[in-house]
Amino acid sequence: MKYHILRRILLAVPIAVAVMTFVFFIVRVLPGDPAVTILGNDASNEALAELRNQLGLNYPLWEQYLIFVRDILRFDFGQSMISRVPVAQMIKRALPYTVDLVFASMLISVLIGIPLGIATAMRRNQAFDYFGRLIALLGLSIPDFFLGILFMLLFSVTLQWLPLMGGGDLDYWGSRLTHLILPASTLGFMVAAFITRMTRSTMLEVLRQQYIKTAHAKGQYENVVIYKHALRNALIPIITVVGIYLNVLLGGTVLIETVFNRPGLGKLIVGAIMQRDYVVLQSVLMIFSIFIVFVNLIIDLLYRIVDPRIRTR
Amino acid sequence: MEMMEPETERGKKIRAFLRNKTSIVGLGLIVVITLIAVFASYIAPYDVRAQNLAERLLKPGWPHLLGTDDFGRDNLSRAILGTRISLAVGVISVLISVFLGMMVGMIAGYFGGKFDVLVVGIVDILMAFPTILLSLTLLFILGPGLSTLIIAIAFSFFPRFIRIARASTLSVKEEKYIEGARLVGRGDWGILIFHILPNISGPIIVIGTLWVATAIRIEASLSFLGFGVNPPTPTWGNMIRSGVTFLQINPWLVVVPGLAIMVTVIAFNMLGDGIRDISDPRLRG
Repeated sequence: MKYHILRRILLAVPIAVAVMTFVFFIVRVLPGDPAVTILGNDASNEALAELRNQLGLNYPLWEQYLIFVRDILRFDFGQSMISRVPVAQMIKRALPYTVDLVFASMLISVLIGIPLGIATAMRRNQAFDYFGRLIALLGLSIPDFFLGILFMLLFSVTLQWLPLMGGGDLDYWGSRLTHLILPASTLGFMVAAFITRMTRSTMLEVLRQQYIKTAHAKGQYENVVIYKHALRNALIPIITVVGIYLNVLLGGTVLIETVFNRPGLGKLIVGAIMQRDYVVLQSVLMIFSIFIVFVNLIIDLLYRIVDPRIRTR
Repeated sequence: MEMMEPETERGKKIRAFLRNKTSIVGLGLIVVITLIAVFASYIAPYDVRAQNLAERLLKPGWPHLLGTDDFGRDNLSRAILGTRISLAVGVISVLISVFLGMMVGMIAGYFGGKFDVLVVGIVDILMAFPTILLSLTLLFILGPGLSTLIIAIAFSFFPRFIRIARASTLSVKEEKYIEGARLVGRGDWGILIFHILPNISGPIIVIGTLWVATAIRIEASLSFLGFGVNPPTPTWGNMIRSGVTFLQINPWLVVVPGLAIMVTVIAFNMLGDGIRDISDPRLRG
């Protein structure tokens, strides 16, 4: 088991390197001067020269790449072209807000999605099933930022139960939590819709299998059949979907953090694009992709826990 | 006397589609929305650019059924005109993406080799990024505007269609009729265009239809973030963006375009659910 985990972690390294290379080439492969691409046509000569210097654009491409990799390995992402703050510091400040948001929404979506999926599958074509499917369809169709605004309108503006905006003070749990509830519920509800649908259809598929009939035939309790025989077999595709939608969720943080004015990585990216701060954009993209590689790694390891067949392979 | 023809596979599918209430409702909604988009300038009761500062931020009522924005422009008219851009961006970006994705995917799948390895590698990396981040990155490089918006969305979907086209090509390529075509002397490109393309395009076009919903949502998201079509041209996304400022005074400025996006996306999702049920009966609810 330890050997497998180690091997899987080592396999993630080339993916991270590939992503890093991709981010490096995004701007540099375009025709024309990358500095002009980044700063626009009316940039001053001084600004262009400074950017070329900071990105090392005066060196040959392979040397630029080596410098880029070396700096990343040293966690030296350079400094913001606008505020002059070291990017590493900006990321360090923003990261907890995004990590909180991602894990809280994931938790909410799993806690809603899996039970709702099972319940609708068990009551197939009854009123509850239609209700659950309607909710799931709404969740799939409502834009996340619009849902966020509606939540804000209801819970912050009208009822005044929760703070309207901001990320709260990370050192105080009360503030950290109250500022997290609305954004996390928004994203959680969205992803819950996907998980509900996947759980429902997978459960329906599994419930048709022979071993479920066998379990029923030998007089097993209904709960045991559902949770031990059916759910455990349905979990693999469900985990896969959770993994896939984590991607959607990370994309969602960009919008939700903007809606709620939450100072996380997503907001950092939007700000960087607005101000054409390439150094910040490049670094945050890197962090995002490393995060994705890391999450996929966790998903992969989860498979092993859920499915003994993969464990022994 | 009328001859009873044996029912074809296609006939069965069309009948199943017509029986499926969800997809019929979805299709009906899409037709209505398309008509609104086409005849927007005739349906809209007011000129969308006509400002009237005496009638700023009105609540829904008469004569402005859904109220007015901060420039006194009619909210309903703007939402109707917004249909045009949203639908156009959604459909055109998916068309571009499907077309290019099919070409690259087919060539990679058919010829294999180093090109295939390269394509698969790039697709894997691109798929690791959230769609919205890909399109944002591209907008950063290309700058804002309607055409760059379409290109950015098309690019972010591109890897998915490459993957689907490549996989379909791989399975079709092993069929007997491909071998037959080769035996009668068709070249590689002839086989690709006349034998593989017609056989893989059906499912890809269906999947493409479903992605129009996502494209519309992404267009709205990008416009909301301020990277889409610039005001005063109304799109649902930029209407929400400018309406948020007045959320506490007149929430209708946000709610109306938001509902418009939602109904459109629901329509495409309903149609998609219906099509999926027919093409894969195992998943039928």
